[in-house]
Amino acid sequence: TMASPDDLKFQEFEEATDLLLADPGASTLSMSGSSSMALAGATGDIKLDMSDDEGQEESSELLRGEKQTSGFWTFEYYQSFFNVDTMQVLDRVKGSVMHLPGRNFIKHTLQSSPDLYGPFWICVTLVFSLAISGNLSTFLNSLGSMVPGVTIAAVVIFLYAWLVPLGVWGFLTWRQREERQQSGYSFLETVCVYGYSLFIYIPTSVLWILPFEWLRWLLILVAMVISGSVLVLTFWPVVRDDTKVTAFATVATIVVLHALLSIGCKMYFFQTATHTPVPTLAPNHTAAVLTNKTH
Amino acid sequence: MPILHRNRYLTTIFAGLSDVSISGDIPVEGEINVPVGTPSHDDEYSTLDEPVKDTILRDLKAVGKKFVHVMYPKKSSTLLRDWDLWGPLLLCVTLALMLQGGSVDSKEDGGPQFAEVFVIIWFGSVIITLNSKLLGGTISFFQSLCVLGYCIMPLTVAMVVCRLVLLGGSGMVSFIVRLIVVTASFSWSTFASTAFLADSQPSNRKALVVYPVFLFYFVIGWMILTFSPSA
Repeated sequence: TMASPDDLKFQEFEEATDLLLADPGASTLSMSGSSSMALAGATGDIKLDMSDDEGQEESSELLRGEKQTSGFWTFEYYQSFFNVDTMQVLDRVKGSVMHLPGRNFIKHTLQSSPDLYGPFWICVTLVFSLAISGNLSTFLNSLGSMVPGVTIAAVVIFLYAWLVPLGVWGFLTWRQREERQQSGYSFLETVCVYGYSLFIYIPTSVLWILPFEWLRWLLILVAMVISGSVLVLTFWPVVRDDTKVTAFATVATIVVLHALLSIGCKMYFFQTATHTPVPTLAPNHTAAVLTNKTH
Repeated sequence: MPILHRNRYLTTIFAGLSDVSISGDIPVEGEINVPVGTPSHDDEYSTLDEPVKDTILRDLKAVGKKFVHVMYPKKSSTLLRDWDLWGPLLLCVTLALMLQGGSVDSKEDGGPQFAEVFVIIWFGSVIITLNSKLLGGTISFFQSLCVLGYCIMPLTVAMVVCRLVLLGGSGMVSFIVRLIVVTASFSWSTFASTAFLADSQPSNRKALVVYPVFLFYFVIGWMILTFSPSA
């Protein structure tokens, strides 16, 4: 029915919004060049009087296929992951800290348009806040170089923020294919939710400077509850259709890994003042430090 | 009158062509001097021939002018237009040299080594520049490196001041003085670089670009503040 180029463009927009209305769970990626997709990704609810059905079963495949329009070697490809505004980033950070029970981070806060700015800079900030706060907390032994601390923190945090999502996403995708379930999350969305869930550890690591053991453990508990619940609420809907064992095992693994991260960071960077002077933080001493700790 | 038009066209295009009147199929004769890159040709000639002292002085003056621009950051595009990396290199080396060799007791390892400071500054600048470009900034890669490097100057000055203060003792008073000096200079650095960088971003993303710059100078400021000389 439509013939002119302008009408075709409009039809493309219609189709995109139809697909989103038909399947709100479909992942979308907002790209800088394509305004219709960006609009869909950013607002999440589009009030349009489109009534024709456009083949729901192909919807997610179609949208998935349209995601990367430039190759991964171009700059534009990576620019598409930074398509966020200040307000959006702040909203996402807020959503990772204060969220209503039952809210899925990816669906509600990200609205299925993940970004890489948040995860990356939250990780960087966390690395430095851990290293600096750790440095401060051993003030009694005078401040040594913080560079080894930064190196170790950077390795640990970035490995966690990228490898664990990779593992989780890989596992979930594999299960999905096995069980033919509903579509899961894309790798970027998994990275995004993990990255934003780490935000709560930034103020936690600063508060860890106060030399009270009970306070530090309390902070770990609070941080675990908050950021752990973000992860659990995000991943539970995807695994719950699986067998009970797999579902619980997956969620438990996610929580345990998260706990290990926070406890490990606290133990490595914030030894209490009653210890003997902190040994050098050189990498070849790390093993000795970790095995000789007494708490 | 095609012949007349052709005549005017040819004489305007080919400088140095003597007046010829063209009619019909008579081919054009004469010299054609096509002005290709004449300005740089002259400049090359002159800069190759001038004494070395002049070349160095001119570069030094350019660097010095940029230092002044950082000290009094107003919206001028000199820093952006004529970017150079000499200033940042000079500042980075000075800072790294001064930060080196702090607290070399046997208990813990000393302050950051020269290479570490160097790497942190340049690696950090590159990451911030990439971040700014990924967010859609219009500033070019080297311009951004130039701005970030030059704006380290207040922190370098603070380092010098801190070392002088530490000569007088390292008690609580000196710590407070150093804290004030470092805080002031790191705010100055952030403010100065923001004045140059923030313009190149759309207004709804300015904070996203400024925050990494803030973090960068904060970390450098922290390294300066925690510097303590060898006993």
